[in-house]
Amino acid sequence: MKFTLSWLKDFLDTDAGADAIAERLTAIGLEVEEVIDPLAAIKNLIIVSVDECAPHPDSDHLHVLKVNTGKELLQIVCGAPNARAGMKGVLARPGDYIPAFGEKLKASKIRGVESCGMMCAEDELGIGPDHTGIIECPADAVVGASITTVYPSDPVFDVSVTPNRGDCMSVYGIARDLAASGLGTLKTPEIKPVSASFKTDVKLVNEAVETGAPFFTLREIKNVKNGPSPKWLQDRLAAVGLRPISALVDVTNYFNITFGRPLHVFDADKVKGQITVRSAKNGEKLLALDGREYTLSEGMVVIADENGVESIGGVMGGEISGCQDNTTRVLLESAYFEPESIAKTGQKLILTSDSRQRFERGIDPASTIGCGSELAAQMIMDLCGGECSEIIITGKEPEKPAPISFDPKRVKQLCGIDISASECRDILERLGCSVSVENEIFSVVRPTWRSDISGAHDLVEEILRIYGYDRLPALELPRPTGVHGILLPNQRREAAVRRALAGRGGYQTITWSFMASKDADLFRTADPVLIANPISADLNEMRPNLLPNLITAARSNIVKGMPDGCLFEIGPQFFGFKPMEQETVACLIRFGQNSPRHWAVPQRLVDVFDAKADVLAALDAAEAPQNVQITREAPAWYHPGRSGAIKIGKTVLAYFGEIHPKILKALDVKTAVCACEVFLDHLPPAKKKHGKGQKPLTLPSFTPILRDLAFLAPRTTEAEKIVSAAKNTDKTLITDVSVFDLYEGDALGDKKSIAIQLTIQPVEKTMTDEEIESVCRRVVGAVSAATGAVLRS
Amino acid sequence: MSELDTLQTQLLQQIENASTLADLDSVRVSALGKKGIITEKMKSLGAMAPEERKAAGQQFNAVKNALAEAIETKKQQLEEAEINARLAREAVDITLPARPEKQGRIHPLYQTYDEVVAIFGQMGFEVAEGPDIEDDFHNFTALNTPKNHPARQMQDTFYLNGEENGEKFIVRTQTSAVQIRTMEKQTPPVRVIVPGRTYRCDYDATHAPMFHQVEGLIVDKETNMAHLKGCLTEFVKTFFELDDVPVRFRPSFFPFTEPSAEMDIGCSRTGGELKIGVGNDWLEILGCGMVHPNVLKACHIDPDVYQGFAFGIGLDRLAMLKYAIPDLRMFFESDMRWIKHYGFVALDIPSTGSGLSMTGGNKR
Repeated sequence: MKFTLSWLKDFLDTDAGADAIAERLTAIGLEVEEVIDPLAAIKNLIIVSVDECAPHPDSDHLHVLKVNTGKELLQIVCGAPNARAGMKGVLARPGDYIPAFGEKLKASKIRGVESCGMMCAEDELGIGPDHTGIIECPADAVVGASITTVYPSDPVFDVSVTPNRGDCMSVYGIARDLAASGLGTLKTPEIKPVSASFKTDVKLVNEAVETGAPFFTLREIKNVKNGPSPKWLQDRLAAVGLRPISALVDVTNYFNITFGRPLHVFDADKVKGQITVRSAKNGEKLLALDGREYTLSEGMVVIADENGVESIGGVMGGEISGCQDNTTRVLLESAYFEPESIAKTGQKLILTSDSRQRFERGIDPASTIGCGSELAAQMIMDLCGGECSEIIITGKEPEKPAPISFDPKRVKQLCGIDISASECRDILERLGCSVSVENEIFSVVRPTWRSDISGAHDLVEEILRIYGYDRLPALELPRPTGVHGILLPNQRREAAVRRALAGRGGYQTITWSFMASKDADLFRTADPVLIANPISADLNEMRPNLLPNLITAARSNIVKGMPDGCLFEIGPQFFGFKPMEQETVACLIRFGQNSPRHWAVPQRLVDVFDAKADVLAALDAAEAPQNVQITREAPAWYHPGRSGAIKIGKTVLAYFGEIHPKILKALDVKTAVCACEVFLDHLPPAKKKHGKGQKPLTLPSFTPILRDLAFLAPRTTEAEKIVSAAKNTDKTLITDVSVFDLYEGDALGDKKSIAIQLTIQPVEKTMTDEEIESVCRRVVGAVSAATGAVLRS
Repeated sequence: MSELDTLQTQLLQQIENASTLADLDSVRVSALGKKGIITEKMKSLGAMAPEERKAAGQQFNAVKNALAEAIETKKQQLEEAEINARLAREAVDITLPARPEKQGRIHPLYQTYDEVVAIFGQMGFEVAEGPDIEDDFHNFTALNTPKNHPARQMQDTFYLNGEENGEKFIVRTQTSAVQIRTMEKQTPPVRVIVPGRTYRCDYDATHAPMFHQVEGLIVDKETNMAHLKGCLTEFVKTFFELDDVPVRFRPSFFPFTEPSAEMDIGCSRTGGELKIGVGNDWLEILGCGMVHPNVLKACHIDPDVYQGFAFGIGLDRLAMLKYAIPDLRMFFESDMRWIKHYGFVALDIPSTGSGLSMTGGNKR
């Protein structure tokens, strides 16, 4: 909402300056985005007198002027038709800023003649709409003085009005709120009914009284003479960014901004037959004043005649029945449309207008006749002459607001601040409420312009707002006693995994929850969850998996010159379009070489065993159970021979492995990528570490013994089978089994050599060589039985 | 000089001349070994007369001890020389790079998340969560934002395809939806914060289609707006790690709070540099207010008995402000140079006990 200081002061009697007003507006909830003084940028421009005006030797429309700055005579080339000797104007010299150019003026030659500056027009300086010629200063303007001596400073306020404050979508409403806050006195314009000098022939039927247009009026004004509106009005509209059009149209815009009273004027000679306010029919079309054609649908309130729809009620008028310069007879529409109906229509048509903005926030229904049909009619007659008919009224003004029962003690209860009952009453009355008191309980009737006030809590806000939010004390929040967990177990788990993965070299990233369907297709296990209104075709689906975004991120890092890396993300992936159909996944990828080039450490590409280490570290950080199974059941986006799943029973806790070459090709990644996905929501609850959850530690009294055994086994034998067979041979004595050598050379044919180290922990006494040998023999027997492997001689 | 003296001098000379431990040992064997010269001489003692034997024995022992001592001294010298030679051989160029180790990063947004959780945790808030995909009821209607309410236009909503019983779903525009889910599950007192992803159909230099909020909610019988101001003032002071941050409450509008406020913090923008806690300028940082009675009613909580406050903070913005991160869009670009620069090492875990930031050591 934009307005100028002088405009505000038409309705607010105050000595406060722009800064004080801006501060107060923000303090009462009308946030000032900025205050711009258009003169601030051009205050260096000076008034000059034109001493000579000769034709340009090489042009039939340019002049060569000699202008007097009071200090020197300068030669200026000027094309304005009104340039002449003896006038006073405004000169910009090289280095001066010209708003319309967005830059500083440079000295130049125009058709061979030197020009030491520019004589300015209003529109070039952003201080008025005029572009017909250069500025003509009054005869008594002081030569050499700043432009600010002839153009008074009139700062423009830009206020962000919240959706509940329809009443402040107007200069008058803002003045009213400022006055209520104690800054100045409200000046209310006197409304004198305009007497009707003839009876109109226009027939009006309102079929939408119950369906969006409860109160609709028309008034005919004939014998008007349209044309440009007066300069003061054009200046006002231009200052807030509106283009002056003609007196009739400018009046409606002026009333919209000044009083928040949307109006429409039809050219009565272009309207045919009876006028009906009704619901649109599906498929009806209207070419609106914005030059676009809208297709209407049932439920939208329109104003129609025998030709069809002429206007979308409260939203925008039609091009055909709009006023032109030659219009002599108008119908002035002043109405009250239901906010919800206007909002629906505007949303459906994707059509925003100043009128819609006000109606949908709720205008003052009481302004329909007085402000609309009378005051606006008067202004039209003042500017365009003519005479008025009576007012044709359909429907009626909405009921007066119901009283709200209000206990002023609510203020203290809700806000923790002491404001006396009498002060509460005073504030409410200043805001236009009528208050009666019985047994200390207020009965408050809100003013007609504050449809947002509906209950006691609203009155509390109003009282606090005017009393001053800055006077609200800051009380320390009482805290609950005793230690209690802040995070839910799953959140703690997620935090632990996050830190663990970063500790393993992972760079945590956050990627969009959405992605491109063409990439999601590669990772799909359920129907796609598509976004109906995506921000772009590349972000059209809720991601079914975190990997594609991470692999794409790897690619973009590779392209930027980082060929190796490790990225991880913990976040949601989606398997359905309804709430809760999502799961939290910790997903990590490594790409390229596993370490930088180094003089002592050879490089290698990342592989499945990097991913396996990552996945186990993540599961450990998440306190997953130790008794997991590792199977070859990874999904299709993994290399089938270099990937696995980690499960407990039938529940998959995680996948890990190298990404399938076909996937990498489809995502245009030309290096190795390994990954793991940990499904945090699938993990069983972690055991508590304190109390009974903790096992006691017994330290053995004897030194453990290490023995190496090498087996020759079929190449397909899984190492884990050998290890677990060895471990299970004697769970008391054998405390660890590790694989320390693997050989699969051609010399061994379809066999491989695999060597394990046993850690044998004597329990009750030291062991003899024979006892140790016996354990080893039992291990060999168990491994052979389980896998067919034989001890390598 | 006696023959024995001469022998001693010769042997001492040989000991002195030994250049290796092996040389030294052969001298020792030749002198003191089983068949060594001195040993042989000691054997001759048995054939001597008792008087003569005593004197000769003392002489032989003196020589033997002198030699043994000389050998031991020389041995230490040679060993010292040998280890020195080995150390000299083993010297390397210590300016060569160390073996590579991996140091990852926590995204600055999650670092900020952990800080926020630590601070509100101290004030007795628990962390709640809810789904990213929401229904109209939780995201709007229960939050006092019925259909066609102009406030719905404040937020550009992403809608999803597919429907169930005629209902379509959205991705949440605000973590406030979790207020409702929390109050549906939990009877007052309620004291939660809700960090999470939120989505709006908007993308430019200062808006991302996905961003993060932290919602706060208290519902009980006594918490009022002055508590809200106290709580948030304490939060900003703790978060920005400043002794004092000027705070300004301004009236504002959110459908789900009444009275509503926006909170600004004092700052300076001199020379284009933003400094928090000093200067005469204001920076908008969050929206808040007292929970609207209609919201309580939607959760079957009696607004005549219970009251409380709610607030919503942009987590991304907090991170940007505290850690001077210029561009929101880079948060979601996965650029490793950016993550390395603005991220935090794994062990830099914020806590109100040990201090919020700068506890995790250097970044490499």
